[in-house]
Amino acid sequence: MLGVTLQYTWPSILIFATSALLILVGAIGVITLANPVHAALSLIMTLFGVAVAFVAQSADFLAAVQIIVYAGAIVVLFLFVIMFLGVDRRDSVTVDPLVGQRVFAAVGVLITVAGLITLMARSHWVTGAMSVSTHGHALTTGSQNVKQLGTAIFTTYLFAFEATAALLIIAVVGAVMLARRERVPNPEEIDV
Amino acid sequence: MNVPAAWYLVLAALLFGVGAFGLLTKRSALIMFMCVELMLNAVNLTFVTFARTLSDVGGQATVFFVMVVAAAEVTVGLGIVVAVFRRRSSTSVDELSEMKG
Repeated sequence: MLGVTLQYTWPSILIFATSALLILVGAIGVITLANPVHAALSLIMTLFGVAVAFVAQSADFLAAVQIIVYAGAIVVLFLFVIMFLGVDRRDSVTVDPLVGQRVFAAVGVLITVAGLITLMARSHWVTGAMSVSTHGHALTTGSQNVKQLGTAIFTTYLFAFEATAALLIIAVVGAVMLARRERVPNPEEIDV
Repeated sequence: MNVPAAWYLVLAALLFGVGAFGLLTKRSALIMFMCVELMLNAVNLTFVTFARTLSDVGGQATVFFVMVVAAAEVTVGLGIVVAVFRRRSSTSVDELSEMKG
């Protein structure tokens, strides 16, 4: 059993299995659980699994950001909106408004995933070319990873970084505008 | 030696498939947003795997920007959901059919 995988170390296989289990169980939970609160908690499980996969692939800084931003901020925002709207009873739909929608969705997704898996499992991606963004250095882990990523973001990708700053400001202003209630005019002003 | 990149790529493809299926079949706007997050995470995982495979930190930088865009998208999207819920008392996307031709 597993004779073909013995060329890889057991810890790396174990880490991959852990992250795969977390990711897939969480993802299936998101689309099967009827209660939106449970779905959001399942989403946290998937995000943790992705963070494990990030650590295993020497993306330490991104794993930390994944936990802090995704699990810490975005899912909390989801839970806040679910509680705020009071829609945590159940998913409102059991019928198919469009005929055969589930079947078509399943077929389309199966074709897409089969194509992706064929493409990804059967191709050899390593070209041997030197990377541009790291100036020919290998990818590093630990605090060196933070340094390398920061250098790339603040030099090569500086314009994109500044653009995300503008994007975040626009998103905040847009969210405030959307969530604002229309102000009711004062009664005196109506009388005049 | 770490496991081959193809394992992580296949895992990301499966995650993307689950997210896409949920997005196509779910009715609640909140659950649909969660499925979009699943798909974004699948793409992030692919980027990180390729960053490792090709020894190129550009993939990780891209994931950083995807996370920022996802945060902005969730903020505005949930604002829209709240605004719609105020008028409709429902988050079902099937009830938003005024602009149907």
